[in-house]
Amino acid sequence: MSTAPNKQPGDPETTGHEWDGIEEFNNPLPRWWLWTFYLTIIWGIGYTIAYPAWPLIQEATPGLLGYSTRAEVAEEISRVEAANADIESRLASIELTEISADPELQQYAVNAGAAVFRSWCSQCHGSGAAGVQAAGYPNLLDDDWLWGGDIEAIHYTIAHGIRNTEDFDARFSEMPAFGDILSEEEIAQVVAYVQQISGQEADATLVSAGAEIYLDNCASCHGDNGEGIRDLGAPNLTDAIWLYGGDAEALTYQIVNARNGVMPPWTNRLSEAEIRAVATYVHGLGGGETLEE
Amino acid sequence: MWDYVKMIALGLITVLAAIAASYARDLAYQVHAVIIMLIAGGMFLWTVRNADEPRSMAVETGYMDGVIRAGVIATAFWGVVGFLAGTFIAFQLAYPVLNFEWAQGYANFGRLRPLHTSAVIFAFGGNALIMSSFYIVQRTSATRLWGGNLAWFVFWGYNLFIVLAATGYLLGGTQSKEYAEPEWYVDLWLTIVWVAFLAVFLGTIIKRREKHIYVANWFLLSFIVTVAMLHVVNNLAIPVSIFGSRSVGVFAGVQDAMVQWWYGHNAVGFFLTAGFLGMMYYFVPKQAERPVFSYKLSIIHFWALIFLYIWAGPHHLHYTALPDWASTLGMVFSIILWMPSWGGMINGLMTLSGAWDKLRTDPIIRMMVVSIGFYGMSTFEGPMMSIRAVNSLSHYTDWTIGHVHSGALGWNGMITFGALYFLVPRLWNRERLYSLAMVSWHFWLATIGIVLYASAMWVSGIMEGLMWREVDANGFLVNAFADTVAAKYPMYVVRGLGGVLYLAGSIIMCYNLWMTVRAAPAKATAPLAAPAE
Repeated sequence: MSTAPNKQPGDPETTGHEWDGIEEFNNPLPRWWLWTFYLTIIWGIGYTIAYPAWPLIQEATPGLLGYSTRAEVAEEISRVEAANADIESRLASIELTEISADPELQQYAVNAGAAVFRSWCSQCHGSGAAGVQAAGYPNLLDDDWLWGGDIEAIHYTIAHGIRNTEDFDARFSEMPAFGDILSEEEIAQVVAYVQQISGQEADATLVSAGAEIYLDNCASCHGDNGEGIRDLGAPNLTDAIWLYGGDAEALTYQIVNARNGVMPPWTNRLSEAEIRAVATYVHGLGGGETLEE
Repeated sequence: MWDYVKMIALGLITVLAAIAASYARDLAYQVHAVIIMLIAGGMFLWTVRNADEPRSMAVETGYMDGVIRAGVIATAFWGVVGFLAGTFIAFQLAYPVLNFEWAQGYANFGRLRPLHTSAVIFAFGGNALIMSSFYIVQRTSATRLWGGNLAWFVFWGYNLFIVLAATGYLLGGTQSKEYAEPEWYVDLWLTIVWVAFLAVFLGTIIKRREKHIYVANWFLLSFIVTVAMLHVVNNLAIPVSIFGSRSVGVFAGVQDAMVQWWYGHNAVGFFLTAGFLGMMYYFVPKQAERPVFSYKLSIIHFWALIFLYIWAGPHHLHYTALPDWASTLGMVFSIILWMPSWGGMINGLMTLSGAWDKLRTDPIIRMMVVSIGFYGMSTFEGPMMSIRAVNSLSHYTDWTIGHVHSGALGWNGMITFGALYFLVPRLWNRERLYSLAMVSWHFWLATIGIVLYASAMWVSGIMEGLMWREVDANGFLVNAFADTVAAKYPMYVVRGLGGVLYLAGSIIMCYNLWMTVRAAPAKATAPLAAPAE
């Protein structure tokens, strides 16, 4: 066990107590420490006079500066809103198809739309808008559109959403789960047929029977040639773009269980100008189509 | 007679736990009931077998060190568990694939994160505090622990609390309050254990043979008393069922948030600051073999710290539903707290004046100095981050995580390692540690680990804060949240590597301590310290 701590020549006085060999010097408080402590106290008193601080019976002291965090945020928001007010009202009132004709408006809409997209859309569609492959979140960068890719169709989809229960005007269609309707053999046949029309290797012995099943069960939505029908949101089956994956396993799963993706409506969360902005942004990502007159 | 009372009580607990297990409404509760049933049942059988056996009536003398030895082992064990969990979840953040599909609902980040925080703060830190307070209060009061086997009850009871808390988190039994996750019955158990802890500590102080109470004991007592108060108030809740782990807190909305952060901040203030300052005030002068720098400073900074800390909680809730006045007060008290916090740093570092040469030869002193250095750094960083304007950048970012870890790894971890290296040779009557070179290795691994961790989180946190608030000329946000997550990836890897180094150091420590107990030659037992005249 250690004995009393070594004291050295020139050491200050101790307080005279000792515990298990520990003693204490009787040094004064360091001056810089004490004065910094006093300064923080004085500053603290001043700060609580300037800012809302001391709770009283009904309310707290408001502070001489009249500061409030909420007012600070509100001021910042209203400053930005005032600066953008003109262009926002132009964006909200102009014909959708006219936006692209006005370079200033177009640039503003793309910029604002990108911000809206990053805040509200990127969770599903990805911050780069490439969607999530084989997970049901469509890629918005290509020219393959489920419900239409012109500016008005995109605007409608964003405003009302897809297959949601909040908006009566939501786009709606539902693929039935064919697991209850077709036999396993029939499903294997139609899977082979879909593989063939999408240009994949397919079991030739199943394809011809599959074609018949396709015409009876699938063609009403996906079209006789499998090119899809946009009014129904039925995907094109002849290209290499798949919402839930295109191999035999993924196709079988989708036909048996029929996943139907949901998108919320945005009219209750975003302003009209914001919806138009994000529609313009998505439309400009690469696959935007020109509206057919 | 006493044996029969014990038998009846244990038998009753076993039966009640069996009933609770069969009526359990959720898995966490059921597993806990089975654990309690097995423990109580085992103790019942043990008591029956030993009933009416003649017992040695020898009065125990000298210091009660068995429970401290157990505490040392528990501290080292839980330390490694906590660091391992932390390192693993750090890599889960960098590589989400480590949230294994087969372990979903048990070992995903959300379940393991409270396991990590509680393992480090309460299991590692708590055992360190309990065992070192038992050690310190006996030495500085020159008397044996009060209460006989009550100290053993505190040790086993506290570790049972940890097992119940940890298994509860994995099985989903949590009330979702940060650092206060355990559910109502675990909270009740901890309350009982904590009151016993207070009784042992206070009883020992009361029967001390020294005239004055040493400063370390002021800090330790303030830690025990305040944590009791914080724990009880923040955990006030009404169980949904006596047979289930769910409960509903009595506070709601912003009051609930305020009580939670009053608790949360003072868990830092009294558990991780005041309690560990108590350790510092004993182990640093002992290891340096120098008197404490200034008695006046200890008394002033003690009372200032105790008075001010309790008000600083609202700085966790800047820019929320909390009224501005409360937020202002939280910030002001946090800044005034700066110097009282630094009082402990000055007293610790200046105690080494006249012994600085020991830094060259004694890696344990080096550990303690780095610990005090990190204490000073994070008690400066804390008040700075409490300033509203700084907080608007730092809040919700990794900066907070970095801040917490420079405190936890640097201050709490290093001072505990120093204490363990100090205690093991003394408690097991060994001449010296097995290897000082290994202490040096531990020191450097841990220090470099902390530096990697803290700097990665500063970079990541400030970058993240700046990216979140970045707006373009029209006031639109520039970055998606996912962009900020992607940008943090390299820093997450560096953080994980820092954790690996820190963990490696602690494993070297465990080996070194183990070899000290096993291999180093024993020496004669020490007598009770004579009280000062």
